[in-house]
Amino acid sequence: MAKKNVTAVLRAIFWFALLLFLAWDWRNSSPIDLRQEPPLFAAGSGQEVSGGHCSMATGEAGK
Amino acid sequence: MRRTPLAAVLAAVFLLLVWNVSVRQAVLFLVGIGMGGALAGTRFGFTTGWRQLVEGRDPRGTMGQLLLLGLAATLAMPMLAAFPELHAALGPPSISLLVGAFFFGLSMQIADGCGSGTLYKAGLGVPLNMGILPLFALGSFLGSVHLNAWLSLGQIAPVSLVAEWGAAKALAATWLLLGALAFAVRRWAGSGQPWWSRSWVWGAVLLAVLASLNLIIAGQPWGVVYGFGLWGAKLAYALGWFDPAANAFWSLAGNTQRLTQSVLMDVTSITNIGILGGALWIAARAPAAAKPLSAQQWSVGLVAGFVMGYSSRLAFGCNIGALLSGISTGSLHGWIWLPMAFLGTLVGLRVRRRFQF
Repeated sequence: MAKKNVTAVLRAIFWFALLLFLAWDWRNSSPIDLRQEPPLFAAGSGQEVSGGHCSMATGEAGK
Repeated sequence: MRRTPLAAVLAAVFLLLVWNVSVRQAVLFLVGIGMGGALAGTRFGFTTGWRQLVEGRDPRGTMGQLLLLGLAATLAMPMLAAFPELHAALGPPSISLLVGAFFFGLSMQIADGCGSGTLYKAGLGVPLNMGILPLFALGSFLGSVHLNAWLSLGQIAPVSLVAEWGAAKALAATWLLLGALAFAVRRWAGSGQPWWSRSWVWGAVLLAVLASLNLIIAGQPWGVVYGFGLWGAKLAYALGWFDPAANAFWSLAGNTQRLTQSVLMDVTSITNIGILGGALWIAARAPAAAKPLSAQQWSVGLVAGFVMGYSSRLAFGCNIGALLSGISTGSLHGWIWLPMAFLGTLVGLRVRRRFQF
């Protein structure tokens, strides 16, 4: 019973910390320009992709 | 938490993203939820699959992983050839990759979860994995800060099999290599063991489809590590702990821009958040069971989580960004990552036994 309670508290702390981070980040980041919204599908859009990826080294994601 | 209110919360987040960020990011959030649901619902774990293969000669998890790699490559490689705006997951073969993949494979066995595994288990509410997540982010950030020094030890340019050979030959070579691995797995396991289990096959099919959707929508393959490094970098920057302009990785134009944008604009971050949400959805009906850990096991597990974050940055991805996305989009670095991480796993299993996980 005690272990279940501790786990429930840990879960609550985890989700609260995540939401807190996202709220802090939203508040402190540049406003989003909705007029510059990316296409829904990158494939076929003809627009160069500019997202970050784990495989990046010293340049943007590879082609 | 019950599923109905949880579904309402996830739907509200989707609508908020549509209204305040972009339709693309909102749809990628849904893709992430699907990934989290598939990973947690089928308990599709790269760490577990390798452990079962080595310790129990059970090939079902590894066969599921090979099926996932084959299906994802079959979907991704023709798309990369057809749409020039899509990116492959190309990391440079390097000393950094060798060291990073080895230590990632080692530490993931101790932490009992790879990149995706840590995410979905945290979403399921497993205490150790929830504790590991912030340390994974810290490690990933520090790895990105030190990356240039590691790369100076030796590297060659990334190699794309699709660009070198064309999609058809690259896909044929990929299936040939995956077939050879399946043969080796079968030899090791022996003929008495079943090849497949339903949950691993379902997981492979669902994840291959979702990874392909990620590629079509985001224009780049599925990744996990970059998002966490970005989160760590934003916090470190806000606290005045580092100057991005003085760092080789974070001074790159795209990275500098993402430091100033909301993480909700980052494609990797949004799927990571979705994975947590999808796993939470599964936990609402099938809560995860986790055995209690001693203080020593907690300490070792958290250190392993930090090492996992650091080494995955050095290795140009974890099991998702390097193994799945690398191999399925024809990057040579994925094929180097695989044996190095497996060697690390062999050591990690011994360490795991030493601390009685």
